[in-house]
Amino acid sequence: MRHHLLTMTATIALMAGAASAQEVRVYNWSDYIDEALLAKFEAETGIKLIYDVFDSNEVLETKLLAGGSGYDVVVPSGTFLQRQIQAGAFQELDKSKLPNLENMWDVVSSRTEQYDPANAYSINYMWGTTGIGVNVGKVTEILGEDAPIDSLSLIFDPANAEKLAACGIMMLDAPAEMIPAALQFLGEDPNSHDPEVIAKTEPVFMAIRPHILKFHSSEYINALANGDICVALGWSGDILQARDRAAEADNGIEIAYNAAKEGAQMWFDQMAIPVDAPNVEGAHAFLNFIMDAENMAAASNYVYYANGNLASQEFLVEDVIGDPAIYPSEEALNNLFTTTPWDAGVQRTVTRLWTKIKSGT
Amino acid sequence: MRRFILIAVPFIWLMALFLVPFAIVLKISLSDIALSIPPYTPQLDLTEGWAGIKAFFAELDFENYVFLTQDQLYWKAYVSSLQIALISTILTLLVGYPIAYGMAQAPDEWRATLLLLVILPFWTSFLIRVYSWMGILSNEGFLNQFLLWTGLISTPLVILNTNTAVYIGIVYTYLPFMILPIYAALEKMDGSLLEAAEDLGCSRLTAFWLVTIPLSKSGIIAGCFLVFIPALGEFVIPSLLGGSDTLMIGKVLWEEFFSNRDWPVASAVAVILLLILIIPIVLFQRNEQKQREMDQ
Repeated sequence: MRHHLLTMTATIALMAGAASAQEVRVYNWSDYIDEALLAKFEAETGIKLIYDVFDSNEVLETKLLAGGSGYDVVVPSGTFLQRQIQAGAFQELDKSKLPNLENMWDVVSSRTEQYDPANAYSINYMWGTTGIGVNVGKVTEILGEDAPIDSLSLIFDPANAEKLAACGIMMLDAPAEMIPAALQFLGEDPNSHDPEVIAKTEPVFMAIRPHILKFHSSEYINALANGDICVALGWSGDILQARDRAAEADNGIEIAYNAAKEGAQMWFDQMAIPVDAPNVEGAHAFLNFIMDAENMAAASNYVYYANGNLASQEFLVEDVIGDPAIYPSEEALNNLFTTTPWDAGVQRTVTRLWTKIKSGT
Repeated sequence: MRRFILIAVPFIWLMALFLVPFAIVLKISLSDIALSIPPYTPQLDLTEGWAGIKAFFAELDFENYVFLTQDQLYWKAYVSSLQIALISTILTLLVGYPIAYGMAQAPDEWRATLLLLVILPFWTSFLIRVYSWMGILSNEGFLNQFLLWTGLISTPLVILNTNTAVYIGIVYTYLPFMILPIYAALEKMDGSLLEAAEDLGCSRLTAFWLVTIPLSKSGIIAGCFLVFIPALGEFVIPSLLGGSDTLMIGKVLWEEFFSNRDWPVASAVAVILLLILIIPIVLFQRNEQKQREMDQ
């Protein structure tokens, strides 16, 4: 086996050498791919792959807007993608070089069109929902067997939040996800861009503010898994990861994920090519490689996120395709909403509101 | 000629690493936000020659600084940062002084080892050390488990995600910067001065107060500045250990830059932070100079 590995590595090295200076630089979210795919890409195309990771849209956006990022493929989320397209950060895809586009799933691509009209600049990589993760044991112990673990009222109803504060509540530090959730709880349009409507969420957050341990976009994975907190409003894949970590640790903690029954936000991570990409040809080769049904399935099977590739579904393991938390039923899918980006003025109002909610100032 | 080169080296260093970046930040702080690459306007267009340069300067203004005065968030963040930096500096001094004193009193053959032990934590990445504090201070963390086990407390203490955790983080991280200058000052001290003081009727405590403390003053001042200045702009410790209500200018700066994508306002915040920092830095310089003159 070891010998086999050595030969393989040598072959890859030789092939990379033969392809001379061809290399493609990909900038993706951390823990978001099966790394075996990276070696497979190099072996198949002979292009050297340089793979870097980031952990927030804001960091990616700052690099793109500063210009000269040096990346050939980047993976922003939908709302960020839309604004970056407007800023002129991406180039249109050459669809003649992407034969695997036929594998894509219209259920997803019809939704991503609102960020990227005609999907001219991007392809979908993964998508998911923003919902509620709970430590089932602790929450039912406090609120009883009929605790509303699939409802936004679990967190936004101050009576519930007050009781759950004892075991800990965390929320994403991402106003673009949390304010739509609060609007949904109020029965308002979650995609509202009206500062007056958005302002209605302030009292909702202020009422539960004393009961929230922290606003943070990644700490809740560990905190849920080891029992430091019992409720988190966060991203589907992250909470499922916490569920699996708790199961692996065998610490008696059972984590459950639910997209809120009132309606939950659906988000998309899109692959796109920066306008100043050094290797446009290689970038297309990478996108086409990722859209291959088996490759995309391998990525989803590894990270437990749904993808926008219909042809890949037959290669998905039952754990992924059969889990309604990852692939919601048709009915549940209709209950998901999407949002569009705020303009600079509304964004400033929202950030200011969010700071006020977090710090009381 | 040799003299010129000797002066030129630090001068070029200062130009390249401080003045030029500062000029760039200052320029951005006078611009306006835009949805483009880079995300502010105006851009200097040299192809237009003089007209371009003139048009460029005509568009710069102090609007962003005016904006900072209109929202109480900013001055509250500055004041809160000053307060956190000041309290942590005092705490670091209270913890660091006895350690430095103990090291200076230790037998000669031990000192090198003790010094090494103070520096040893730097061998691990700063980020990892702050992360490990999260493991110690969390509700299910080592500290709470230990206290529960001893029976001193019956419910876990909430320390992580509060200002207390920020103070612990800052004191821990910057402690060596406090210990080393104080130790350097104490080590130089002539022990016979204390004997003389005691011979003249001082109690050991008064001798410490009247002789040791004044003689280590330069070390105390140097240590305090080395802690206060970086603590004021600290971002990593409050964002990892602090709660959502921990208000520090480093976090506000991050939000302006990343969440609002407003580079001009972020730059204005940074320029003001720098101006606030210049005051203690100048005081520090004065103190150093006075010290040098006294030594001569």
